[in-house]
Amino acid sequence: MEPRIGVFVCHCGINIASTVDVKRVVEAIKGYPGVVHAEDYVYMCSDPGQELIRSRIKEKKLNGVVVAACSPTLHEATFRNTVSQVGLNPYRCEIANIREHCSWIHTDRDKATEKAIKIVKSIVEKVKLNDELLPISIPITKRALVIGGGIAGIQAALDIANAGYEVILVEKNPSIGGHMAQLSETFPTLDCAQCILTPKMVEVGQHPNIKLYNYAEVEDLSGYVGNFKVKIRLKASYVDWSKCVGCGVCMEKCPTKVPSEFEMGLTTRKAIYVPFPQAVPNKPVIDRENCLYFKTGKCRICEKVCTFGAIKFDEQDEFVEEEVGAIIVATGYELYPIEKIGEYGGGKYKDVINGLQFERLLSASGPTGGGVQRPSDRKVPKRVAFVSCVGSRDPELHKPYCSKVCCMYLTKHAMLYKHRVPDGEPIVFYIDIRSDGKGYEEFVQRAQEEEHVTYIRGKVSKIYEDNGELVLLAVDTLTGEPLEVRVDMVVLGMAIVPSPAVYELAKKLKIQIDANGFLTEAHPKLRPVETLTPGIFLAGCAHAPKDIPDTVAQASAAASKVLEMFSQKELQHDPMVATVDEDRCSGCGVCVTLCPYGAREIEVKDGKRVAKVNEAKCEGCGSCIAGCPAGACQQRNLKDEQLVNMVKAVLE
Amino acid sequence: MINKVIELSEQNLYACYQCGKCSAGCPSVKLMDIMPNQVIRYLQIGKPDKVLQCKTIWICASCYTCSVRCPRGIDLTRVMEAIRLIQLRKNIDYIKVREISEDVLVSVPQIALVAEFRKHTA
Repeated sequence: MEPRIGVFVCHCGINIASTVDVKRVVEAIKGYPGVVHAEDYVYMCSDPGQELIRSRIKEKKLNGVVVAACSPTLHEATFRNTVSQVGLNPYRCEIANIREHCSWIHTDRDKATEKAIKIVKSIVEKVKLNDELLPISIPITKRALVIGGGIAGIQAALDIANAGYEVILVEKNPSIGGHMAQLSETFPTLDCAQCILTPKMVEVGQHPNIKLYNYAEVEDLSGYVGNFKVKIRLKASYVDWSKCVGCGVCMEKCPTKVPSEFEMGLTTRKAIYVPFPQAVPNKPVIDRENCLYFKTGKCRICEKVCTFGAIKFDEQDEFVEEEVGAIIVATGYELYPIEKIGEYGGGKYKDVINGLQFERLLSASGPTGGGVQRPSDRKVPKRVAFVSCVGSRDPELHKPYCSKVCCMYLTKHAMLYKHRVPDGEPIVFYIDIRSDGKGYEEFVQRAQEEEHVTYIRGKVSKIYEDNGELVLLAVDTLTGEPLEVRVDMVVLGMAIVPSPAVYELAKKLKIQIDANGFLTEAHPKLRPVETLTPGIFLAGCAHAPKDIPDTVAQASAAASKVLEMFSQKELQHDPMVATVDEDRCSGCGVCVTLCPYGAREIEVKDGKRVAKVNEAKCEGCGSCIAGCPAGACQQRNLKDEQLVNMVKAVLE
Repeated sequence: MINKVIELSEQNLYACYQCGKCSAGCPSVKLMDIMPNQVIRYLQIGKPDKVLQCKTIWICASCYTCSVRCPRGIDLTRVMEAIRLIQLRKNIDYIKVREISEDVLVSVPQIALVAEFRKHTA
C-alpha cells in the first residue's frame, strides 16, 4: 500500500502552541516521504477539528493519519473513532504526543519545536507499516462483585441489582452498613443516619439479585475484564445461620465482655455478638480470639442455651468461587490512630475522643442513649473543644491531604452538642473552614449565627490534663492572642485513612494505590471511577476522603460504568497484542514466565512445543517480545521493523 | 528580606499556612510582643521592619517545640536565629554588655552570661 498520510497538528489552545511552533512543524513535515497533507488547528479534538480530519481523509484519499496532540491516553480513542467514521481503519491512526512529551516539559521554543518535528516523523514511520486491525471480541459474565458493604458498596450493589444483574457483595464484618451506620445525624440537613441507611441495608439483605457474603473476604482473583474468577473466604462464624433465628439468648448468656468495635470502645459487646441491633444480616458470630471456649476449652454456654442447635464450634473457614465480569472496590476508611498524636495525649486521656466516638455519644442508639456524657466519669461536659486537622494537612509529621469531612462534621457535632446541652459551650479550633458542598456554608453560618458556636482560628499545640479538666494550648491567630482553654472534653477531627486491608487487596486485584494508600483512579478528571485495570472500578473513601453525598454519587457512577459494560453483547479488546511466529518458536517458555497477565501458555502442536497468546488477556505490554530469545514474538503494529524505522526517524 | 531569611535558615517560609501551632505551644510566647507565626507572616507580606524591631526573635529560647510540631516542617528555631544573625551582622547588639548591672553579673552563672553574649551580641 502506497502510504498517503495526513498529519494534523493541534495547538491545544496555548498548551502546545506557546512552546512549540506548530506552523513550523506543519512546514517541516509537509515534504516528508509518505506525507501527502499537513495542517494545524487550534483544538483538533473539538467538533470542527474532527470534521477537518474527516474531510481531508476523503479529499486527499488518505490511508493513514497522524494527530500531533496530547497523550494517546486522552484522545487516541477519540481520533480513531473519527477516522473510522469515514471508513479508515482506526489502527491506521496514531497520536504523536507533543504535549506531555514535549510542550509541557520544555521551555526553549526552538528546541521544543525540533523535538516535536522528530516525534511526528517517528509516528509517521510507525503508521506507514501499521496493519489494519479489528478489535478482539471477548465474552462478558454479566455479574458484578462489590467489595465492601458500607454506603458506597450498598449503593453500587443496589443500582446494579435494580438494573437486573446479579451482584455478589462481600463484607468483612458480620454486618453491612459500614461507618455510616455509626453516625448519629448527618450534615447539613441533620437527618438521622440510621433512618436513611437501614432501609437500604434491608433492601440489600432481601434483594433477589444480591448475594451477600458477610463476614467474608476476597482471597484471590484471577481472570480478566468480563471474565474474572474470584475466590472468597467465608470466615468461620461458628453459628449456623440457616438454623439461627436471631433470638439473642446466646449473646445475653455469654460471660465474656469485649470492647465493642461498633461503639468505638465506649461500651462492651459479648464474645458472641451482632455488632448492632439493626445489623443485616441479624445473625451473630463468635469472636474466636476472645471466646472463653476457644481460649480455655471450657464454657460452651451459648451452645447450651441455643434451642435451635445453631452453634457449631467445629466450623472452619470455607471458600467459594464466583465468576464475575466487573468489580467495584468500596473498602472505605478508618480514622488515623490517636496514638500517633503525642502532643494531644496519644490516647492516654479518656475524655479526648475521636469524631466517631462522639457520633456514638450523640446517637440515640449509642451507649448513652444520645445524652452527651464524657467517658471518664459520665459527667455532662459543659465546655467541649472540637479540634480540626488532627493528622490532616500535616505533610511533615502525618498526612498531607485534607480529610474533607472534618470541618463539616465538627460543625455538626458542635451544633448537636448545643442541642443536647443547651447551656454547654462548644469551641471549634480550625485552620480554614472548608464548607464547599450544597447547603454546607449555610450550615456553618447557622452554627455561628444561631447556635453561637465559638470558632477559633488556630491549631491546638498541646492538650494536657489538669485537675480533672483538659487544657488546650492554642492561639487565636486573628487577634494574635495566646490562649489556654480549659474544657471538660475534647473531640478530635482525626484524619481519614484508607482501610488497612486495602493494601493487600490492591495487590490481589492488581490495582494501584497512591502514596497515601488510597486507590488510584484512571484519570483524575475524566475517568474518576475507573482503575487502570479494565473491569475494576472504585467508589467511596477507598479512593479519597469524601462525604456521604459524594460517596453515593461516586458509587452510582461506578455502577453505571458496570452497567455500561453489561449493556454490550461482548467486550472489545485492543488488538495490539503479541503474536507468535510458530516456525521460529522453540517452545522454551520464557514468555510464559515473563507475562504479568497470565496470557501466555505452551501448547504441543504436532509433537512440537509452541507458545500461544490468549488475546483476551494480553495487554500488549511487550515483555514477552523483549524476552523471546528466538525473536519469534512480535507485537501487532509495533513490529521490529516499525520500531527500527521510528528510531531512525528520530536520529536522522 | 524574606529571601535573606530563607537563605540563612534554609527554611521555606512560603510553606507556612498560618495555623498558629508554633505560637500555641511556645513556652515563651507570653513574653513576646509579636507571636512566632506572625514573625513569618510579616515576612510573607513584606513587612520586615516589624520583624527586625520585635522582641520575639531575642526572646526565643531555641527550645525547638515549634519546630517539632510544625505541620509544614518549618524549623522556626532556625528562622529566629537567621533573623537575629541579620541584625547582629549589622553590629546591632540586643543587650549592652556594659549596662549589665553588678547584681546580675555576680548572681547569674558565668555560662549563662557567655550564652547571652553569643546569642545577643554581635
